[in-house]
Amino acid sequence: MTDVQAAVADAFRDEWGRIVAALIARTGDWDVAEESAAEAFAAALETWPRDGVPDRPGAWLTTTARNRALDRLRRAKAGEAKLRLLAATADEPPGERREQPDDDRLRLLYTCCHPALAFEAQVALALRTLTGLTTTEIARAFLVPEATMAKRLVRAKGKIRAAAIPYRVPPPDQLPERTTAVLGVVYLLFNEGYGATSGDGLMRPDLTREALRLAAVVVELIPDEPEPLGLLALLRLHDARAATRTGPGGELVPLEEQDRGRWDRAAIAGAVGLLRRALAHERPGPYQLQAMIAACHAVAARPEDTDWPRIVRLYDQLLDHQPTPVVRLNRAVAVAMADGPAAGLAQVDAVAGELDDFRLLPATRADLLRRAGDKVAAAAEYRAALAAAGNDGERRYLARRLAEVDPS
Amino acid sequence: MDTVDQSIRYMLLISADEDREPDVVSDEGMRRFHEWMADLERRGVLRAHEGLYPSRTATTVRVRDGEVLRTDGPFMETKDQIGGFALIECSGIDEAVEIAAGHPAARFGQVEIRPVR
Repeated sequence: MTDVQAAVADAFRDEWGRIVAALIARTGDWDVAEESAAEAFAAALETWPRDGVPDRPGAWLTTTARNRALDRLRRAKAGEAKLRLLAATADEPPGERREQPDDDRLRLLYTCCHPALAFEAQVALALRTLTGLTTTEIARAFLVPEATMAKRLVRAKGKIRAAAIPYRVPPPDQLPERTTAVLGVVYLLFNEGYGATSGDGLMRPDLTREALRLAAVVVELIPDEPEPLGLLALLRLHDARAATRTGPGGELVPLEEQDRGRWDRAAIAGAVGLLRRALAHERPGPYQLQAMIAACHAVAARPEDTDWPRIVRLYDQLLDHQPTPVVRLNRAVAVAMADGPAAGLAQVDAVAGELDDFRLLPATRADLLRRAGDKVAAAAEYRAALAAAGNDGERRYLARRLAEVDPS
Repeated sequence: MDTVDQSIRYMLLISADEDREPDVVSDEGMRRFHEWMADLERRGVLRAHEGLYPSRTATTVRVRDGEVLRTDGPFMETKDQIGGFALIECSGIDEAVEIAAGHPAARFGQVEIRPVR
């Protein structure tokens, strides 16, 4: 990647959501906003190598996107009022744009997560508009074909327009309910960044950073609810280990082999503090439970100190909230660690039928078979896992394990 | 854009199991219905509102190959049938949901909200 491409990529990460959110606020037109933002970034890729990266890339992109939006609205013969509104933003001094940078994005986040939209549509829309994730990337995160995802996005935007779903942060009485949907979006965003479904690296730090930031904003907005705190604690616990999750060659390092001395102890302590604040409400929920599980790992000095029976019990509680096959798969791994690989494998087999397309299923089976000493079966599963791996970091790890059980 | 100064029209299609009609005309049902109407008047959002005779009185018409075909009954034979409609003009989907949720039939049937073109 050249310096200019890197500058555009940086600007994309920092500015995409901001630009789209501001353009929707001013035009009320989601397609115009997205297309104009995309054109501004395309223009940057074209002109920055020739003219140099502007001093303030964000301001350059914002102005370019706004002008493209004006052009589009003029061509579409949009009403005078809309054009005036958009043109007026040209007079804003660039410095002031930063003072309340999250306002538009928060409105966008809550609008994407409006309950009149199906949950899947909410998450997809937020990822597309706020982070600029492509339709392909979102489809992979959801395990659905790209065409299905494209249709879902078009339909969601059509409904926002026709049914007049308001572009706003909901009034206080609706906030807790509406926040559950927002938390789901942030969680998925983090997951995509933490175990990228595409690309070279295992992680996409831009996505995890965005998720951590959004989670903190949601906590700030709703400080008296436990689940936002639980989610923030969960994400920070994962993030505290992020540096040790990959080896020098970018390969995935599993939990038991991570250098615990390099875990960010201050971040872990901070996250555990957040979790305590959440648990004091005595209203446990899925994020608090997952954070408790993550904390069990984070506070264990050595892998063998991990309290696996407690983790199994926490997964049991989690299943009460989220009876999904992925949670059952994770529980099966905890059972394997607590009671031995054979017990875990039996439970993996029990959920396997519901997880046909889940890319982590063969990798999970392979690791348990390896622990059980069944090298032949483990090798077959590692090969299947290699074929399904989403990124090179996973592939390198799986290749190493395959070589261990099948030296030929 | 936080203050919504637009007004959008929505058609509320109120449907329920017709066999449960007695519940609708109970005293409690009527009281709830009058409350609902009073609320709509306060909001000043009601443009039209009618109740319908049961679906067994419906006639459905199709024209195929230039021929007018009449069917005795509603266009779809389902347990729940449309029993009334309201045309409202309000600030947006959130107010429309609030209004729909206040209709007595929403407790045992459902109200479909459709934006009007």
